[in-house]
Amino acid sequence: MSSINQYIELYKENVEAVCGNSAGALNSARRSALEALDGASLPEKGDEDYEVTSLEDVFAPDYGVNVNRIDLGANPAEAFRCDVPNMSTCMYFLFNDAFHPGKNAANSLPEGVIIKSLKDAAAENADLVDEYYGRIASPDCKQTALNTLLAQDGIFVYVPDGVVMEKPIQLVNILNSGTPLMVNRRMLIVIGNNACARMLVCDHTQNCGVDYLNSQVVEIYAGENAVFDYYDIEDSSTGTNRVSSFYVRQQSGANLMIDGITLMNGFTRNNYVVDLAGSGTELHLYGMAMANGRRHIDNHTVVRHAAKGGRTDELFKYVLDENSVGSFSGLIQVCPGAEKTEAYQSNKNICASEGARMYSKPQLIIDCDDVKCSHGSSTGQLDQQALFYMRQRGIPEHEARLMLMQAFMNDVIAGVRMEALKDRLRHLVESRFAGNNSASCRSCSSTCHKQ
Amino acid sequence: MKEQKDKSKKDESIIKDATGGDYKYGFVTDIDTHVIPVGLNEDVVRYISRTKGEPEWLLDFRLKAFRHWQTLAMPRWAHLDIPEIDYQSISYYAAPKTKPSPGSMDDVDPELRRTFDKLGIPLEEQMRLSGVAVDAVMDSVSVKTTYRDRLAELGVIFCSISEAVKDYPDLVKKYLGTVVSYRDNFFAALNSAVFSDGSFVYIPKGVRCPMELSTYFRINAANTGQFERTLIVADDDAYVSYLEGCTAPMRDENQLHAAIVEIIVEDRAEVKYSTVQNWYPGDKDGNGGIYNFVTKRGLCRGDFSKLSWTQVETGSAITWKYPSCVLQGDNSIGEFYSVAVTNNHQQADTGTKMIHIGKNSRSTIVSKGISAGFSQNSYRGAVKIAKNATGCRNFTQCDSLLLSDTCGAHTFPYIDVQNESSIVEHEATTSKINEDQLFYCNQRGIPTEDAVGLIVNGYAKEVMSKLPMEFAVEAQKLLQISLEGSVG
Repeated sequence: MSSINQYIELYKENVEAVCGNSAGALNSARRSALEALDGASLPEKGDEDYEVTSLEDVFAPDYGVNVNRIDLGANPAEAFRCDVPNMSTCMYFLFNDAFHPGKNAANSLPEGVIIKSLKDAAAENADLVDEYYGRIASPDCKQTALNTLLAQDGIFVYVPDGVVMEKPIQLVNILNSGTPLMVNRRMLIVIGNNACARMLVCDHTQNCGVDYLNSQVVEIYAGENAVFDYYDIEDSSTGTNRVSSFYVRQQSGANLMIDGITLMNGFTRNNYVVDLAGSGTELHLYGMAMANGRRHIDNHTVVRHAAKGGRTDELFKYVLDENSVGSFSGLIQVCPGAEKTEAYQSNKNICASEGARMYSKPQLIIDCDDVKCSHGSSTGQLDQQALFYMRQRGIPEHEARLMLMQAFMNDVIAGVRMEALKDRLRHLVESRFAGNNSASCRSCSSTCHKQ
Repeated sequence: MKEQKDKSKKDESIIKDATGGDYKYGFVTDIDTHVIPVGLNEDVVRYISRTKGEPEWLLDFRLKAFRHWQTLAMPRWAHLDIPEIDYQSISYYAAPKTKPSPGSMDDVDPELRRTFDKLGIPLEEQMRLSGVAVDAVMDSVSVKTTYRDRLAELGVIFCSISEAVKDYPDLVKKYLGTVVSYRDNFFAALNSAVFSDGSFVYIPKGVRCPMELSTYFRINAANTGQFERTLIVADDDAYVSYLEGCTAPMRDENQLHAAIVEIIVEDRAEVKYSTVQNWYPGDKDGNGGIYNFVTKRGLCRGDFSKLSWTQVETGSAITWKYPSCVLQGDNSIGEFYSVAVTNNHQQADTGTKMIHIGKNSRSTIVSKGISAGFSQNSYRGAVKIAKNATGCRNFTQCDSLLLSDTCGAHTFPYIDVQNESSIVEHEATTSKINEDQLFYCNQRGIPTEDAVGLIVNGYAKEVMSKLPMEFAVEAQKLLQISLEGSVG
């Protein structure tokens, strides 16, 4: 029996609590999600695009779901400060899936920009949320349908046409619970025509002794000529299972940067589904994953070029140590009529120890002739000659390896379009490779990692 | 002077051949053929086995395969649009009414001989000059294996598989189904149940086969399927180069071809397997043509063994084919070179699997896809490095060339690396023909169509150069014919 059933039962038993603590579009989407889940099961190991990943197993344990919205902790905005030096941001928090604005966050927003709880937005900005919510998140993807069924809150970001946000939006996601918890987080981001925004999202876990299942769906709409950067840094715990799906639609001329970084995790599956619907779009899709122990990182991307003149630059890099498992399956699809498409996909991996395993599947489907597409994948080790060279010059082996691994990750970091964040990431990657397993992003004065 | 004249005459004829355009092997030979009624059930399997006078163990093998096949569903994972196939409307056995194993050329039906002459397969004297031993398989039965006596002196066995079952039952029993089990896939199960003939090659220890061995497959009868089975065994230190060619008449209905090729390569042995696949691809509107669903796999069992696949795929309405190497021996080598051309409404989903089990095993994959017209051409390849297969190396390159805006070129590589000391690389590019190159040729008076031929041949050269000489010329011509009418 599929592990979905326990969640369907839970929903049916608590339908009033689920809907009562949510609003508008979130509630009206549940019925079709329930239909999509009828008799369905989650992907298992060996299924296409899930070659080494079983979501059935991830969803199988008996997690609690906080349908009654009981406050599980103090206001995180008061307790935490997640800083990137030299970067001033508008900060918000999702505590499990409950929205909290940071201090003074609302004051610094340009006119017309809405950043608020998705539940509140569904009630107060119903027309906007109705227009966009659940439109691109595919119910064929069962984990997405499950999220739609159970999601009660999250964040809503709306940047109106023509507005340029100087300050990046920073969202800190915190998981905290005394008992195993499933969180259904939902994010809806709408960037209007000619608007410009940047968003930095980081995932943290407190109370690391507890297992979490973080099911997350992010929908991003980028209007014509919009420019949007989305940096997603996962820095959670060994007991955290993250199943995340990004759905993105870009209109003509939109320029997007999506960067998914997994520094620390337990199990991670990220789906990135990008629809380049308009002509002349540009997409930079980057990913970086570092794993050791028995961690599992699986990134799956689908980029669909539906119109002329789109450009995609995709790069995913993995460093796998000990008994970790990495997987990358990426597809670039060029539809008939999408001429002058340029799409490049690259996946490079280092297996640093005997037990590490990498699975890679870079794919192209091209139904149009006037295109330039390429993909490449390589899996290997650190360059032994470079290592030898460095040791010969008195650099200890451990340090030399560290330097090479950092250098390996450097081109993903170089793609970041915020200088302050680049420096920060370099530092984080360095400390991660230096064996700093328990804390990485928190050399800042926050206390996220100390609990 | 005279030589020059001859040469230019020869060139002219090549050009004439090359621009002939249509499928030239599409004739039907009017020979007396024994065809059993359509349909598939246990009785048919028993009938085939009985007709061929097979021993009990082989019948058991067939029946097991048939029963397993009944539990399977047709695979749908490939990027192919395969219409429903009614397996009960196919005849599973058709044989020319000639004596199964003719002693001399005189015993062969003259009409049959003319067919193979027409195909350019000289079964007779000229064969001796070109030094290629040929096994010709018409519909379901091997009609003539040439050159057998000379090979026998060296201990090389080259005969039809039905003869091998009779004459060398121990060898066949030892190796049959060890590389491609009847449980492997839908078409492998079907073939194992109803295979009618094919070639058997055994190269004994230390023997380098002095000539190229070749099998020519021909479907002739209507409403029949062809299910041949090839088994090649290269014992320690042996070497053989094997060629395979195929053609079929032009018919409006689709015909099924589901073959199995199994190759076993022992210590330090080497097998080179080359295919020029030119089954009838259907007409310009996609009517008719062969469904080519083939399972080919080699087992590099010995240390330092080597298996090399080279294929030129120009025919068939639908191709589903992944010649693979299981690199079990330490330091074994697998190679795969492929050119796949699809035009009009052809579809191809082809590639390879390299399974690295032995330490320090190496593999190379070079795949060139060319799509034109409304065709769909996919490369699908798997490279797997097992946990204990340390020090392995794989390099894959697959390029696609698109010649029209209505065709598709797709790449589906699956890469699974389970240890730290192996290196796997994959590269792929897709683009259309470079307009600067075309312009350059046009400028020098080369018409666009010829220029495309020139560029495509250059593009495919890396693979063509791996083919044995006789095949390379034919393949080059084929390439041109297949792309005829695809430009402008």
